[in-house]
Amino acid sequence: MDFSPLWLSLRVALLATLITFCLGLLAARLVAGMRRAKGLVDGLFTLPLVLPPTVVGFFLLVIFGKNGFIGQMLAQIGAPVVFTWQGAVIASMVVSFPLMYRTARGAFEQMDQNLLAAGRTLGMSEWRLFYKVMLPNSIPSIMAGTVLAFARALGEFGATIMLAGNIPGKTQTVSVAIYTAVQAGNWDLAYEWMGIIVSISFVTIVLMNAWGRYGTRYRRETEKEWH
Amino acid sequence: MMKKSILITVALLLVFTLAACSAPQAVEETAQTADAVTSEPAVTESPSAEKVQLTIAAAASLTDVTAEIAEAYKAAAPDVELTFTYASSGNLQTQIEEGAPVDIFMSAAQKQMNALEDEKLLADGTRSDLLENKVVLIVPADSALDITGFEDLATDKVSTVALGDPASVPAGQYAEEVLTSLQILDKVKEKANYGSDVRQVLTWVESGNVDCGVVYATDAATSDTVKVICEAPEGSVKAIVYPVAVLEQSANKEAAMQFIDFMKTDEIAAIFEKYGFKIA
Repeated sequence: MDFSPLWLSLRVALLATLITFCLGLLAARLVAGMRRAKGLVDGLFTLPLVLPPTVVGFFLLVIFGKNGFIGQMLAQIGAPVVFTWQGAVIASMVVSFPLMYRTARGAFEQMDQNLLAAGRTLGMSEWRLFYKVMLPNSIPSIMAGTVLAFARALGEFGATIMLAGNIPGKTQTVSVAIYTAVQAGNWDLAYEWMGIIVSISFVTIVLMNAWGRYGTRYRRETEKEWH
Repeated sequence: MMKKSILITVALLLVFTLAACSAPQAVEETAQTADAVTSEPAVTESPSAEKVQLTIAAAASLTDVTAEIAEAYKAAAPDVELTFTYASSGNLQTQIEEGAPVDIFMSAAQKQMNALEDEKLLADGTRSDLLENKVVLIVPADSALDITGFEDLATDKVSTVALGDPASVPAGQYAEEVLTSLQILDKVKEKANYGSDVRQVLTWVESGNVDCGVVYATDAATSDTVKVICEAPEGSVKAIVYPVAVLEQSANKEAAMQFIDFMKTDEIAAIFEKYGFKIA
């Protein structure tokens, strides 16, 4: 059995989750601190979550395609993303971004604002506040957001197949491989892939949840000691 | 205040759900009365008679030509309503095997029809060969690549080739036959982007996001944003034949056979040939 879809899926999902992690946190911090256009920007960032993945894929194809705005710039520097694994990463990233962003934003807005106020009176810059106060206090939510983002990125299909196509060995992720197998009537292969991806997804989520719980427990226990 | 808005929201949701549930029910009822009509096609005028519904699973390459044929059939048999569903022949074969309510299957290759025949899903004596087609190599209309033939697919001139998925798309199977006869299949496979049906392959080439692709001559003819480079070399692919058959599960076998006979008349043969098909 050709395992290239598996390595490809993992590579794409991990890279997409990494990018989403950074961008999501930054976007959440941005929006949490906004006053005026908050609703509008939030709507924009949450849009990929609500739109059908095929619409997202079509939109990305229009932008990154040969005749698209960004696509033309990329073509000039010789790095087109359509029908490449980088395109698959972009597609996965766009659809998993809202999950990370929303959970992080929820955490930032619900944390004890007194901590931030205290930090500001002590002269901390906004960046240090973000890095030293906001993030550590939101770890459970951030872990949850990361798990969701990874799961979404791993299972992405519609946008991936539109932007990255179906090139075995290069852009055929597990979800695309299962689709191809079912279309060809090759149910045995589809079952095998299904078993693999379900196991991986399940194990990943259980591990990340355990990690998140461990982190919170460690912090809570340390706080108890200080009192 | 809060309670009231919650109540209103719940009430609205209920209304929408009820509306959504009743709409398909109305459609279901008309479909049931249509099936109840005897399969004897009514030649006499009866404006309020229930229509015979025929569902035809047709290969994606037949999309445009069947639309015109359906129009022509409206005049010939006004009491028969045709519904076409298009996908790759392999995809349609799987759907039919899983029980899709289809009356007629128009495949782009014998392989899928043979599979259904082996599984005893075809109505006896209804299978016949309808059309013939050719595969061609196409590039985007504004392509600057110097491609002159199928052999160029193995060279560095080409970085991505759009092909139908050979496991389920006949156009992909035929393309593989051509490449195998030219002994460049392995090289081309490394740069192959597999479409789920031949029309997707066409769209990819039209968009310019792939360097070239292999589709039917009839598909290339429908588009003015692709250029045909050449046909498959003589003898590189066995005859491309489109068989058609009525399915055993069909409740309207007579009406289905009548439509198939209609497609074999000279009048419709002219329509097929207009689109580039050859009559088998």
